[in-house]
Amino acid sequence: MLNNKLSLNLEKIRKDFVILNQKVHGHRLVYLDNASTSQKPIQVIEAINNYYQEYNANVHRGIYELSEKSTHQYELAHRKVAVFIGASFEEIIFTRGTTESINLLAYSLGQNLKPGDEIVLTQMEHHSNIVPWQEIAKRQSAQIKYIPITSEGELDLDAAKKIITDKTKIVSVAHVSNVLGTINPVKEIGQIAHNHNALFIVDGAQSVPNMAINVKEINCDFLAFSGHKMIGPTGIGVLYGKKDLLEKMSPFLYGGDMIREVSFQNSSWNCLPWKFEAGTPNIVGGIGLGIAIDYLKQIGMKEIEDYEKEITAYALKRLQTIEDLVIYGPKDPEKRIATISFNVKGIHAHDLATILDREGIAVRGGHHCAMPLMNLLGITASARASFYFYNTFEDVDALIEGIKKAKKVFKL
Amino acid sequence: MILDINPNQVGEGELTEEEQIYKENILDHYKNPHNFGSIDTATFRYKEFNPLCGDQIEIFLELDQSNKVKDVKFKGNGCAISQAAISMLTDSIKNKNIQELKKIKDEDVLTMLGIPIGIVRIKCALLGLKALHKSLEEFSDE
Ligand SMILES: Cc1ncc(COP(=O)(O)O)c(C=O)c1O
Repeated sequence: MLNNKLSLNLEKIRKDFVILNQKVHGHRLVYLDNASTSQKPIQVIEAINNYYQEYNANVHRGIYELSEKSTHQYELAHRKVAVFIGASFEEIIFTRGTTESINLLAYSLGQNLKPGDEIVLTQMEHHSNIVPWQEIAKRQSAQIKYIPITSEGELDLDAAKKIITDKTKIVSVAHVSNVLGTINPVKEIGQIAHNHNALFIVDGAQSVPNMAINVKEINCDFLAFSGHKMIGPTGIGVLYGKKDLLEKMSPFLYGGDMIREVSFQNSSWNCLPWKFEAGTPNIVGGIGLGIAIDYLKQIGMKEIEDYEKEITAYALKRLQTIEDLVIYGPKDPEKRIATISFNVKGIHAHDLATILDREGIAVRGGHHCAMPLMNLLGITASARASFYFYNTFEDVDALIEGIKKAKKVFKL
Repeated sequence: MILDINPNQVGEGELTEEEQIYKENILDHYKNPHNFGSIDTATFRYKEFNPLCGDQIEIFLELDQSNKVKDVKFKGNGCAISQAAISMLTDSIKNKNIQELKKIKDEDVLTMLGIPIGIVRIKCALLGLKALHKSLEEFSDE
C-alpha cells in the first residue's frame, strides 16, 4: 500500500521512473529536489532513444523520409505544448529553458525601453528573472522596482497597485516561488499591469509542472517555463507569447532557420514561431518534451495538483512537529505548492543536506538562486524539500526521520 | 570522493558515515570557533563567498615587522565544514610568514579536517583557504 486517500496510481507511476528504484548510501532513494529538476519516465527516455536510433535528421531542411519524420515530430511537440497551455502553434517558441526564454524577452523587448521607463519584478524572483532585466535596465537607463512580500511570504498586492504605474513598461512575475512555494495571484497582477499598458510576463518554471495552466485565463502576454522540471529532458524550454506581440518583436538570435530570404545586404524573417528559433534546434529535446506532456496529461494536471496538495498538507503537518524547525512561506496548503524551504536551528542547510544524503534523501541546501529573497528572510541558506507527483507519503516520513537523525548527529 | 583521503581511515571502526563527517572535533570547532572576530588594524583582509550557498568568510591578518602572522581572526557564517576548516586553519598559521601561508595547499586543509569530503562540499572546506590566499594577493614579494 503506497497510499490511502490517493487519487493517483503511484505504484504504476513509480515503475515508469526507473531511477527512483535504487539505493543511495544503502538506503532507498528519496528524491526531493524536484523544484530543481524532475526525474524522467521511461516513455520520455525511449522517445529520445527512438529518435536517435530511427529517424535522426535535421528539421526543416531535408527533402527525405527521415527529415520529414523528425520535422513532423518536432512540430507536433510545439502543438502539444500549445494545447497544454491553451495557446496556438505559432505562439510556442522552443528555447533552452526558462532562463533563455526570459533572456530572449529582455533582449527583444528591452530594446524599446527609454530612460526613465520602469520594469517591475517581485522580491521573490529567481536570479533568472532578475539579472537579465538588470543588464537591460543598465543599458537603457531604465529602472527596476520590486513588489514586496508580506511576512507570510505572499505578494503585497496593495503595494503592487502603487508600484505599477504608467511609467511601468514590463511586469515580470514568478507564478510560483521556487523558495517559498507561494502561488502568486498572477491574474490580478496581470490586470494591474494591463491597466497601465505594461506587458505582463509570467515565469512559469515552478507552476507549469504542478498546475493546470491556461494562458488565456491568466491573460499573460508571455509565459516562460522549462522542460526538465516537468519530466522532460534538459536543454529544452518554452516561451509562449501572444501572436500579435511576437510578430512585432525583433529576433533574439540570428542565423539559419529563422530567415525567409537572405541576400548579401539584408534578410527578412521567417514566420512564427521559427523567427525565434535560429540554428539547428534541440530536436530530440522538443520531441521528449512532447512525450512528457502526453504523460502528464494522461495522469491529469488537476489530479497532480490535488495529490500534491495532500502531500503538502501532510509534509507541513509533520515538519511542524519538529522542534526548532522554521518553515518559510505560507502554511496554508491552498496557497502554495509542495516545495518547502526550512531551517533547523543549529544546523546549517548544507550539513543537513549532507546528512540527509547519507540517508538516501536528496534535498537542496543553499540560496536556491534567489539571494535577494534570502537576504530579505535574513538567512544565507535554507534546506528545501520539493515533492512531485511520484513522491509518496513514505517519502515525507523518511524526510522527517532524516531530520531527526541530523539533530542527533549535531547533538541537538 | 576526491583527492587522496581514505574515508575508512577516519574515525574508529563503528562510526556511521554521518558521524565520520561530523566528528566531535568538527562540531566543537563549529559550535565554538577559534579566532572568531575581527581586527580593526588588520594588514590584510578579504571577504570570500561560496557561490554554492552564499556563505561568506572574511579573514583579517595582522603581520609583525618580519611579515609573520601576529594575529588572525575571521568573521562570517557557514556550515560546519567551512567553519571548522577556517577555525583550524587560523589556528595553524600563527607565527608563519607570508611565503609559508602561500604554500598552504588544498590538501593541507583537508588533512587538517581529516574527514571524507565529497566533490560538492569541497568548496565549503576550502572557502577559508581561498579567503586567506586572496587576502595575500596584494602582497608582493619584492
Ligand atoms: C522560478 C524559476 N524561474 C526560473 C528558473 C530557471 O530555470 P532554468 O534553469 O531551467 O532555465 C527556475 C529554476 O530553478 C525557477 O525555479
